[in-house]
Amino acid sequence: MYDVVIVGGGVSGTSTARELSRYDLHVCVVEKMPDVCYGTSKANSGIVHAGYDCTPGTLMAKLNVRGNRMMPKLAKDLDVPFMQCGSLVVCTEEDDRETLTKLYEQGVENGVEGLEILDKDEVRKKEKNIADGVIATLWAPTAGIVCPFTLNYAYAEVAAGNGVEFRFNTEVQDILKKEEGYCLITNLGKIETKVVVNAAGVYSDRMHNMVSDHKIHITARRGEYCLLDRNASDLVNSTIFQLPGKMGKGVLVSKTAHGNILLGPTAVDQHYKEGTMTSAEGLETVLNLVNRSVKNVPRRQIITSFAGLRAHEAGHEFIIGEVEGAPGFVDCAGIESPGLASSPAIGEMVAGIVTDILHPAEKEEYTMSRKGILNPMTLSVADRNALIGENPAYGNIVCRCEMITEGEIIDAIKRPLGATTLDGIKRRTRAGMGRCQSGFCMPKIMEIMQRELSMTPFEITKCGKGSEWIVGTNKDKINVQAGGNAHAGI
Amino acid sequence: MQEYDLVIIGGGPAGLAAAEAAKKSGACSLVILERDRELGGILNQCIHNGFGLHSFGEELTGPEYAKRYIDRIRDLKIEYMLATMVMDLSEDRVVTAMNSENGVFSIRAKAVILAMGCRERPRGALNIPGYRPAGIYSAGTAQRLVNIEGLMPGREVVILGSGDIGLIMARRMTLEGAKVKVVAELMPYSGGLKRNIVQCLDDFGIPLLLSHTVVDIHGKNRVEGVTLAAVDEKGKPIPGTEEFYSCDTLLLSVGLIPENELSREAGIALSAVTGGPLVNESLETSVPGIFACGNVLHVHDLVDFVSEEAATAGKNAAAFIAEETLRSAGEQGPVIPLLAEGGVRYTVPSCIHLLRMPEELKVRFRVGAVYKNAYINVFAGKERVIRRKKMVMAPGEMEEITLKKEWLSEKTDTITVTIEEEEI
Amino acid sequence: MTEKRNLTCIGCPMGCALTVEVDDDGYVWSVTGNTCKRGEIYGKKEVTNPTRIVTTTVRVTGGEMDAVPVKTKWDIPKDKIFSCIEDLKDIVLTAPVKTGDVVLADAAGTGVPVIATRDVI
Repeated sequence: MYDVVIVGGGVSGTSTARELSRYDLHVCVVEKMPDVCYGTSKANSGIVHAGYDCTPGTLMAKLNVRGNRMMPKLAKDLDVPFMQCGSLVVCTEEDDRETLTKLYEQGVENGVEGLEILDKDEVRKKEKNIADGVIATLWAPTAGIVCPFTLNYAYAEVAAGNGVEFRFNTEVQDILKKEEGYCLITNLGKIETKVVVNAAGVYSDRMHNMVSDHKIHITARRGEYCLLDRNASDLVNSTIFQLPGKMGKGVLVSKTAHGNILLGPTAVDQHYKEGTMTSAEGLETVLNLVNRSVKNVPRRQIITSFAGLRAHEAGHEFIIGEVEGAPGFVDCAGIESPGLASSPAIGEMVAGIVTDILHPAEKEEYTMSRKGILNPMTLSVADRNALIGENPAYGNIVCRCEMITEGEIIDAIKRPLGATTLDGIKRRTRAGMGRCQSGFCMPKIMEIMQRELSMTPFEITKCGKGSEWIVGTNKDKINVQAGGNAHAGI
Repeated sequence: MQEYDLVIIGGGPAGLAAAEAAKKSGACSLVILERDRELGGILNQCIHNGFGLHSFGEELTGPEYAKRYIDRIRDLKIEYMLATMVMDLSEDRVVTAMNSENGVFSIRAKAVILAMGCRERPRGALNIPGYRPAGIYSAGTAQRLVNIEGLMPGREVVILGSGDIGLIMARRMTLEGAKVKVVAELMPYSGGLKRNIVQCLDDFGIPLLLSHTVVDIHGKNRVEGVTLAAVDEKGKPIPGTEEFYSCDTLLLSVGLIPENELSREAGIALSAVTGGPLVNESLETSVPGIFACGNVLHVHDLVDFVSEEAATAGKNAAAFIAEETLRSAGEQGPVIPLLAEGGVRYTVPSCIHLLRMPEELKVRFRVGAVYKNAYINVFAGKERVIRRKKMVMAPGEMEEITLKKEWLSEKTDTITVTIEEEEI
Repeated sequence: MTEKRNLTCIGCPMGCALTVEVDDDGYVWSVTGNTCKRGEIYGKKEVTNPTRIVTTTVRVTGGEMDAVPVKTKWDIPKDKIFSCIEDLKDIVLTAPVKTGDVVLADAAGTGVPVIATRDVI
C-alpha cells in the first residue's frame, strides 16, 4: 500500500511528486502513457507568465505569481533552460487602452513587479518587428520562457532519485473508496493507497467524479501552434501577447527556450480529450492573428505545427484541495494556463495538503536538484575534447539540425526514468526537433535504441504501444503461392 | 591548427567529383569531411537504376555509381574523414569539425568546396493538418529504412508529392510487398521524370492524382488514413472534393531544400529562389575561395550533372589555390550579372567575371511552369545571342545553355535568360 | 483483331500520349501521338516486348548491414518482375558480399542473373 498515488505525470503531478519526495513517504506516480510529459505539459507555450492576467484574489493569481518568483532559482537547481525575457501585451485600438490599464492595475494588485505601460516608440526600441498598428503595450519584465519538457522531466527525475516510484502505461479506470484510503483499478491491476492526488489533466474530472458527488467538468480546450526554425530566432526578443479575450490569452509570438519562434495558440473547446489534431482553419487563424502584434513573420520558416489541450474548468480557476466527502483524495484539477508557470507553487501547495493529512517526517537524505543531460555545446573546446576522449559517443553527431550527439541520446536513455520512445528521446534531447523533423536522425536513433534498450526495430514506438514505426521486413508479406495473379497491372 | 589547400565539406556525389577534379588539377593537399559512416552520400540508398547514362554511358544503380567515384578517390589517395561533422565555417576559411576520434578540430584551408547536399522538406513546412502519429515519413527516410536496413515502414501507403523520390518509393514499397494506394500531387503536373511516372506508377497500376493534396491525417498513434482533396489554381483545397483513403503510412515527397546552415554562418549570400549560395562563373560564392556544387547549390534531377558541376568547382578551386595571391593583387575586371526573367526562376551562375570566364560556360536554370514549343532566349546586353526552341520545358527538368566568351565584352552590362512563348 | 494501347512516351519530358495499334500476333500496325522517332521506337517495344531492370534488396547476415541491394544484370520481361521478387524473397546471403556477385543465377526463368550492387563487409 502506498502512502500517496499521484495520477498523472505532467508538470503538476511531477512537481508534487518532487515536493513529496523529501518526506518519508511511499509515493507512486501513475501515468497511462509510457513516459512523463505526454499530455498538456508536452504541448503548450512554455511561458512563465508574470501573473497580471489572473483575477486578483484567485488561487490562480497567487500560484502564478509565486511560481514565477520560484522559477529562476528552480530552473538553476533543476538545470532547465529558462530565460527571463519579459513579455509585452500589445494594444492596437484606442478603445482598448483602458483594458491595458486594467491589466496593469490587476498585475500590480497581484504583486507582479516591474510592470510598465510603454508607448509605441518605447516598445519599438525593444522589438523591431512589432506591428505598425501597435499603439501601446504592457511590459512585464518578470515573464519568462522555460522548456516545458525539461522542466517536467526534471521534476520527475528528482522525485525518482528520492525514491518515488513511477508506473507507466498504467491507466486508472476506476477508484474505489476503502476503509483506509483508496483502491485504484488500472489496466495493470489494483493499486492501494492512503492518499490520491488527482493531477490527471484533461481527465481530472473523470478521476474526481469517481469519488465525489459534487461533479466537475473539464473541457479539453485545443490550441494550435506553428513552430519556426531557429533561423527566425531574432524575430522577437520577448513574448508578445495580444489583449486577452474570454477564451484565454490569445495568440502569442514568442521565442522558445531553445531559440525557435512559437506562434499560437488558438482556442477551441471540444469533447474529445485526445483530440490533438491540427486543422487548416486553426493554423490559418494563427498565421493571420500574429500579424496584429508582430510583422515580418517568415512563414517559410515553419518547421512544424502541433496542438495541445488545456484542461479548462468553467470557473477558470485551479481546483486544488482535498475533495469534500472524499478524505484523502486531493484534486489538482483545472490546471490550464498559467499552469506551467505555477507548477512549482502548485507542487508546493499540493504537497502541503498531503503532508497535512499524513504528517510525514522529512527524510534524512534527499536532494531537490539534478543535473540535466549534458549539452556539450556549452563546454569549451578543451573540455569538450576531454569529454570526447573519455566517451567517444560525444563526438558523434546524430541529429544534424540540432547538433545532438550520440552521447546525449545515450544519456537520455540511461538516466533515471530514461526515454523508451522516440518522442521521449526527442523531448529530452531535442534530437529530431529541428528543421528536418527527424528525417535524417530517426533511423540512427532507432539503431541506438536497439542497442541500448535491447529492442528489436519492431518494438520501437513513437509514443507507446500502437505507435510502432516499423511493421516488418522487406518482402515478408509476399506470398509466393499467390503468384503473379495477385499483382494488378502486370 | 591543421592546414590544407582544400577542404571539401560532404562526401556525396558532389564532394567526390569535386575532390577528383581538384586533385587532378593540382590541389596538393585536400581532405573530404563526410558526416556519414561511408562515402557516397544519398546514392547509397538510391538502389534503383538510371544513374550514369551521361557520365558512363551505362545505367548504374546509386551504389554502383558511388563506387566508381569512391574507387577513384582511393586510387588518387585523396584523404577523407568519415563520421565527421562540420560544426562551423568561417569567412576566412577555417573549418571546424568534430568526430569521435579527433574531437573538435579546426583546419585552415586555402579553398573550401561546399558539397553538403540537401534535405527533404518536412510535413510542418506544408502545415498539413491532422494528427501527428507514427507512420508519416519523408520519402527519403523510408528509402533509407527499406533499402539499407531492409525494414518496412508500412503496408498500405499514400504518397504526397510526385517528386522523383516519391515515385521511386512507390515502386520500391510495391516490390517489397506494400500496397501503394495513390500518389497525390498538389501541382497540375508532376515534378518527377516521365520515365519514373511510367515505370514506377503506371507499371503497377498506381494512380496519380494531380492537383490534389492531403487535408487531414487520421490516427492518434499510428496513421489510420488520410483525406485527400482536389485543389484550385491557387493550391487551396476545394470543399466537397474530400476523399478518405485508409492507409497506415503517409510518405512525403514534397521538395528538397539545399542544406546551407554552414554557408549562412559563414556569411555567404544565398539565393531566395534556390536556397543555395549565389555563385559566379567559377561556382565561387560571395565569399572568395569558398565554392559550391551539387544539391547544396541548387537541387538537381540527375546525379550525372551533379558530378559534372562538381568537377568544374573542383577545377576552379584548384585554380584559385594556385592563383590566390595573384588574384587578390590583380585586376578583377568587369562582373556581369545574369538575370533570370520571363519564366526563368534562377540561373547558376548568377554573375560572371569576364576575365575569369572560360571560352565556353554552361549556365543551368529552371523554369517556373510547363512550357510547350517555347524559346529560350539569351541576351548579352540588348543583343540576342541564343534563341533555342524547346518542345517542352517543365519545372522538374533542369535546363542548360552554353555561353561563349566571344559574345561578351567589357561593355556587356547584363546577360538575360528568358523564355518566349510562341504566338498561337 | 487489332487492339489499341495507350502509353505515355518516356523518351523526354514531353511525355507524348501514344496510341499503338497491335494485332494478335504482336504485329504493330501503327504508332500515333508521338512527336519524334523515339516515340515510335518506344511504342513498338513497349507493346511487343516491354522489359525492365529490377532492383531490390536481399537479406544478408554477418555483415555491417542487414540488406544488400541487388539488380537484374540486364532487363527482364516486365511480366516477370514479381516472379523475380518472389525468387529473391527467401535468399539470405552471408557477408562479405562484393559488388557484382551473383545472388541468383536465373531470375524467374529468364536466364538473367541477379547481382549485388554494393559491397557488404
